[in-house]
Amino acid sequence: MTTRHEAIEEAPEMDPGLVSAEETVPEASASDTSADGARRHLLSISDLGSEGIEEVLRVSDAFVEVSKRAIPKVPALRGKTVVTLFVEESTRTKLSFETAAKRLSADVLSFSASSSSLKKGESLRDTVETVAAMGVDAFVVRHSSSGAPAAVARWVDASVLNAGDGWHEHPTQALLDCYTIRQVLAERQKKTPQETGVECFKGLRVAIVGDIRHSRVARSNVLALEALGAEVTLVAPGTLLPPSVETWPVAEVSHDLDAVLPRIDVCYLLRLQAERGAGRFLPSVREYATLFGLNARRAENLAEGAIVMHPGPMNRGVEISDEVADLPRSVILRQVANGVAVRMAVLFMLLGSPSGASPSRVLASLGDAWESGGV
Amino acid sequence: MAERERRLTTPRGGVFVPRVQVLSAEDVSRAITRIAHEVVERNHGLSDVVVIGLQTGGVPLARRLAQVLEEIEGTAVPCGTLDVAFYRDDIGIRPVLPEAVTDVPGDLAGELVVLVDDVLFTGRTVRAALNALADYGRARAVQLAVMVDRGHREIPIRADYVGKNMPTRIDEQVDVSLDGVVLGDVVPR
Amino acid sequence: MSEVVAGQVRHLGSHRPRPVPTVVIRGGTVVDETGQRRADVVCEDGRVSSVGERLDVPSGATVLDAGDCIVSPGLVDLHAHLREPGGEDAECVETGARAAALGGFTALVAMPNTDPPIDNAAVASEVLALGAEATCKIAVAGAITVGRAGESLAPLGELAALGVRMFTDDGVGVQDSGVMRRAMEYARGLGVTLAQHCEDRSLASGTVMHEGEWSSRLGLPGSPSEAEELMVARDIALARLTGAKVHFLHLSSRGSIGLVAAAKAEGLDVTAEVTPHHLTFTDADLASYDPSFRVNPPLRGSADMAALREACATGTIDAIATDHAPHPPEAKDTPLSDAAPGMLGLETALAVAMGALCSKSERNGSTPLQPSDVLRLMSWQPARVSGMALSQGGNQGGPIAPGAAANLCVFDPTATWLVEPARMASRSRNTPWAGRTLRGRVRHTICAGEPVVIGSEAQR
Repeated sequence: MTTRHEAIEEAPEMDPGLVSAEETVPEASASDTSADGARRHLLSISDLGSEGIEEVLRVSDAFVEVSKRAIPKVPALRGKTVVTLFVEESTRTKLSFETAAKRLSADVLSFSASSSSLKKGESLRDTVETVAAMGVDAFVVRHSSSGAPAAVARWVDASVLNAGDGWHEHPTQALLDCYTIRQVLAERQKKTPQETGVECFKGLRVAIVGDIRHSRVARSNVLALEALGAEVTLVAPGTLLPPSVETWPVAEVSHDLDAVLPRIDVCYLLRLQAERGAGRFLPSVREYATLFGLNARRAENLAEGAIVMHPGPMNRGVEISDEVADLPRSVILRQVANGVAVRMAVLFMLLGSPSGASPSRVLASLGDAWESGGV
Repeated sequence: MAERERRLTTPRGGVFVPRVQVLSAEDVSRAITRIAHEVVERNHGLSDVVVIGLQTGGVPLARRLAQVLEEIEGTAVPCGTLDVAFYRDDIGIRPVLPEAVTDVPGDLAGELVVLVDDVLFTGRTVRAALNALADYGRARAVQLAVMVDRGHREIPIRADYVGKNMPTRIDEQVDVSLDGVVLGDVVPR
Repeated sequence: MSEVVAGQVRHLGSHRPRPVPTVVIRGGTVVDETGQRRADVVCEDGRVSSVGERLDVPSGATVLDAGDCIVSPGLVDLHAHLREPGGEDAECVETGARAAALGGFTALVAMPNTDPPIDNAAVASEVLALGAEATCKIAVAGAITVGRAGESLAPLGELAALGVRMFTDDGVGVQDSGVMRRAMEYARGLGVTLAQHCEDRSLASGTVMHEGEWSSRLGLPGSPSEAEELMVARDIALARLTGAKVHFLHLSSRGSIGLVAAAKAEGLDVTAEVTPHHLTFTDADLASYDPSFRVNPPLRGSADMAALREACATGTIDAIATDHAPHPPEAKDTPLSDAAPGMLGLETALAVAMGALCSKSERNGSTPLQPSDVLRLMSWQPARVSGMALSQGGNQGGPIAPGAAANLCVFDPTATWLVEPARMASRSRNTPWAGRTLRGRVRHTICAGEPVVIGSEAQR
């Protein structure tokens, strides 16, 4: 009886409050690459790590070859169903993904923002679950809300591929950008891309210029390039840098494009959306173009071997001028061309492996297999 | 190439332990020379002949074969490589990634393809290769050359040219290269 | 007018004229602001009749076992959204009161951001009438401005005549300083308290979480701590100017704590509350984009959470208030940017608060609080802030002594229980603790002498 009185006074020992063993551990993304039979997703570049990125580039080489054939098609994903769910419109990216899936012989279903059910106000969850009930192996999701693909991944059993969510990430864009850089550098050194590997990224100086704050392309690229050992400089006006930018894994942040240009190997330009120039973030598009646009005069200050990249679509005359877009050092069309092969690689790696094996597990088991084979 | 299947089913962390050398480097070289003569004889020369090595084990053998064919007939023989990862029937059952890029010289329509691999085992890799080749055009004929036929076919595939017939236990491992052929086991680490 | 009079009579008198049994709470440890002692408590006719060890049980009395339990004055929640009128798909007064009782609350202040808002006597009377039979005393906060639009004053006097003591536009803050100043001057004249939801709209509009490293990483628009701190600073300055009594709702940032501490040191009549979720979660918990963690004000960084916990110990924070915010599933089961902000709080508050403040491991080096400290923050201090304390003519917050109204909470600080949304009394399910096991469970709740919760089960 008396002990209870004392026990209550000794509150700390009793440790009331939260006891659970079921706490969710915050992860950098909701992607599930665990080895417990769970599905595999590509929601963020951080799902891959440097080994994963390297593997995607290697597999993309094989698909570049496939794309060059007279019949650019392989039966690898025959019988699989891929759904493109583009709640935020994008004709180019959607086409690129659908082409990739079809070249793998997968069946493709297509939903866009103008699809009747989404327009009628059906909730995203209901739409996704209805489609999944028809038997879907993968969802390719683009949405204007960051984290929407993560939400889809919680609701369905299929694999989920992030095709761009809000300001958060666009993993396949970063992958095709890295692929393009490796391709160009390999050609320069007169080697094959496979021989070049990802060593070419170590110490590579990349500047990303423009609306970093609102750019999923920038986020994914920073993560990918950092993982591969490149040095990234962000160049933007103060209002277009992300909050807490000092926590980003970049080498430098600058407001002065002219100072940065002579000492970089890659100049990556971001598209400036019209509404940013409407007066709240920037006084005008014209002032942005004057201070941060890569025009012919500025392009002359680039080092001789430096290349110019852009995720598209370009605002000619704003972030990039006509002349610069058409220079040989501008590899923008190559980025587009490589997009299909890289997306084929990602789809193949997500759906072509046994369910339950994450890409990283795949790599590990293959690595062991190579070691044990002897030759 | 068939060995890849074996390797993939190895328990994680297995090590190849060689037991007996079945063919020496010279034996392999003589076998390739003999196969080259058989190819020329059977096809009455080398017109339209293309040699394709399956990645990765068949590639060095294919290159050597193409070299010997050129020495015999005095004409260069086109030689290419083929990775059949995307045509395998075990995609979704085993982890599969391409090991190397495919490089097929030109269109294969009307050509006579000599497919070269290191080991013929279940036959599934060759089936995948035949599907892959079909995507490069309708070949006039496809002939299969292997350094070792170790039995245990699971589908009706047979080789046209064999370096050595070697009955094996299903759990054994055969290791083929230009340096020789070794029979062994895979031991868990 | 007769309805208004009836509402007035009902409010000033005892909670309800419902016949109540004699109740004996046996074997517990009584804790109130006078201290703690091992004692049984007997309640008759809605009042505490005796407190002492091994009391005789009157015949026919209901005996409630309080072994291993703390017996405290009922908890008082300064901040709950009952959604009635207008939002009954999420909650109503009856279900909210039931949830409150299960959480050990015997009184709560219902927020006025209903539809229509509680900015006039008619709606206030309606809500008070709905609360008359509820299992928890329902007090009402009136809006500061008409329609909560921040432009013209609501009829504060008319509402005060109904017994309304706190006014807030909660859900939003009053943006215009001139309007807020006038409201403070008018409130001072009436002797009522203005409570502010501090959020500068121009900094916070369109945001979904705290602005910082995590919002940057997740690519979500964030609201900086300054969005709250600017209005805290402004209202402190206006309180100094006008002499009004100001209460700060759901503070979330370290900077806000610093401002309130300085204001108190200066002698200004300001009080402040914090929610259980701000004592438990941070912006890192949004890493998975789980909409359960979207709330206004947002969960901020670990330094902010540490400051809030410390402020509970130092007295800068006067009360823990739940900001119970029910939402139907379709409002929460969406991508985070589309989800409604807010979480349930009434049933989990006590366990969560004790876990955050009393356990050694959670405190990471700073001195843990005692259960009595937590009860101070959840019972007698909020009773005073809301004007419902015994000393103010109300019947909440104790002390537990003969003659006091029988509003009691009996809880076992060591009992564990699983949070299962489907089994909660609230009509909604949006709790971030779903599936977790909490330690600290309310066993019985006595509201105006009636045992409304027995054995952790609601009686009606």
